[in-house]
Amino acid sequence: MQYLLLIYRNEAQQSQMAPADYQKLLAEYSTYTQSIVQSGHFKAGDGLQPTSTATTVRVRDGKTMTTDGPFAETREQLGGYYLVEARDLDAAIELAARIPGARHGSIEVRPVMIYQ
Amino acid sequence: MIAATDIDKVFRDEAGRALATLIRLVGDFDLAEDALQDAFAVALERWSSGEPPDNPRAWLVNVGRNKAIDRIRRQAAFRGKQQALLHELALNAQGPDEPLAMLDDDMLRLIFTCCHPSFAAEVQVALTLRTVCGLSTAQVARAFLVGEDAMAQRLVRAKQKIRLAGIPYQVPESDALAPRLDGVLAVIYLVFTEGYVATSGTDLMRPDFAAEAIRLGRLLDRLMPDRAAIKGLLALMLLHDARRAGRETAAGDIVLLEEQDRSLWDRAQIEEGLALVDDALRVPGRPQPYVVQAAIAALHARAPSYAQTDWPQIAGLYEVLLRINPSPVIELNHAAAISMVDGPARALDLVDAISARGGLDGYEMLPAVRADLLRRLERKQEAREAYAAATGATQLEPLRRLYARRLREME
Repeated sequence: MQYLLLIYRNEAQQSQMAPADYQKLLAEYSTYTQSIVQSGHFKAGDGLQPTSTATTVRVRDGKTMTTDGPFAETREQLGGYYLVEARDLDAAIELAARIPGARHGSIEVRPVMIYQ
Repeated sequence: MIAATDIDKVFRDEAGRALATLIRLVGDFDLAEDALQDAFAVALERWSSGEPPDNPRAWLVNVGRNKAIDRIRRQAAFRGKQQALLHELALNAQGPDEPLAMLDDDMLRLIFTCCHPSFAAEVQVALTLRTVCGLSTAQVARAFLVGEDAMAQRLVRAKQKIRLAGIPYQVPESDALAPRLDGVLAVIYLVFTEGYVATSGTDLMRPDFAAEAIRLGRLLDRLMPDRAAIKGLLALMLLHDARRAGRETAAGDIVLLEEQDRSLWDRAQIEEGLALVDDALRVPGRPQPYVVQAAIAALHARAPSYAQTDWPQIAGLYEVLLRINPSPVIELNHAAAISMVDGPARALDLVDAISARGGLDGYEMLPAVRADLLRRLERKQEAREAYAAATGATQLEPLRRLYARRLREME
């Protein structure tokens, strides 16, 4: 099965990290990504630019409307994702728990819908 | 010929286990449940007019499997693409000749799946009661004080999650087993505590839930022998439940431990519980919280009277619990035990320290324990206020009557 692992964290806190800590976090992400590429779980994965760069789009009555910022204001914001191939939910949870961001923020594990 | 009530009992005893095996064979919760219902319908018809089979569970699994194949065939006729699945099903299904160990594993698979940590705690309890214990949706709904439709919806969504999120139908492997077993035991204990002291309503106890939890505990102890935590939990439940007949009057009023007629306690069940505590203590490894709690219950069960209870040892065991499994609720229980060793004044200091930290805000037993200590210290006005707070904090009628009685006694 495929699972999307959505990485949520407090953006304000992350932006205040000391540069050395931030470098360390990036290195941890790099190690993690390499490990799940090697184990064959990795399908895709990226970090996202901060929510200050986000634009939300809606189409109503055929008219496109855009607003500045993310769809919902929440305590934690989406900051990146991995798309992984895993045997079952237990395996996906194990992969999610090893994401460096799981120790500060939270990872939402969503099974990917397969269209037949 | 077999009476309808006996057939009912067979269904009740075998439903969980037959379902557990059917889910493995057909690979789908809903299909397995529907097939088992079909099998029950056939059984009701055949068994009431003839002889029941020697092995009802194997019979139910076998008929259920055939009914599942029928159902898939009917669907396949509409969709025309399930031939492969059907073939696999027929191949996988070995039916009644499977070794017993395999069938035991099925039951564990079902228990661990229903208690998967990706479900909210009350969903785990509801799924377990419905599928492992074989209660009807209506009975589960009553346990949660919700309507049958709402509960049916909740169960449908949970089973959907099993399928769509890929929750595995398996017993977790070595590393993951210990924390997952803790989760299973927590579910069983939740079922038990709801049976032992209901959270609301007119009745103090719901013995059917306590019995259900004990049944689950026995099952788990048989399926996974020599696990201290399981033996400890089973002992704890047996020892608490053994006092049931002494815990309330015929009118449904609470009888406190200090007032209970100990000859009403179920001695056979106490013996069983005591033996399990001994067994659990013999299993090597770290002390398990359930075992320590069971050891405390054992000291109560062995005591000839409230006054002659080994309170210093009970207080000491609570201190062990606080070290291995600290929680404000255990602190409160510890304080109550200390009141019997060092007196209510010392205990009140401990209770006030807990409430100052705010760890028990909203916990309804906190004002009740305070009230009892203040009453024993004869600080009447403060005791009255604490009983009023305790009355406001509970939704259980017998507890409200107990506090009213204490208030009257202080006049």
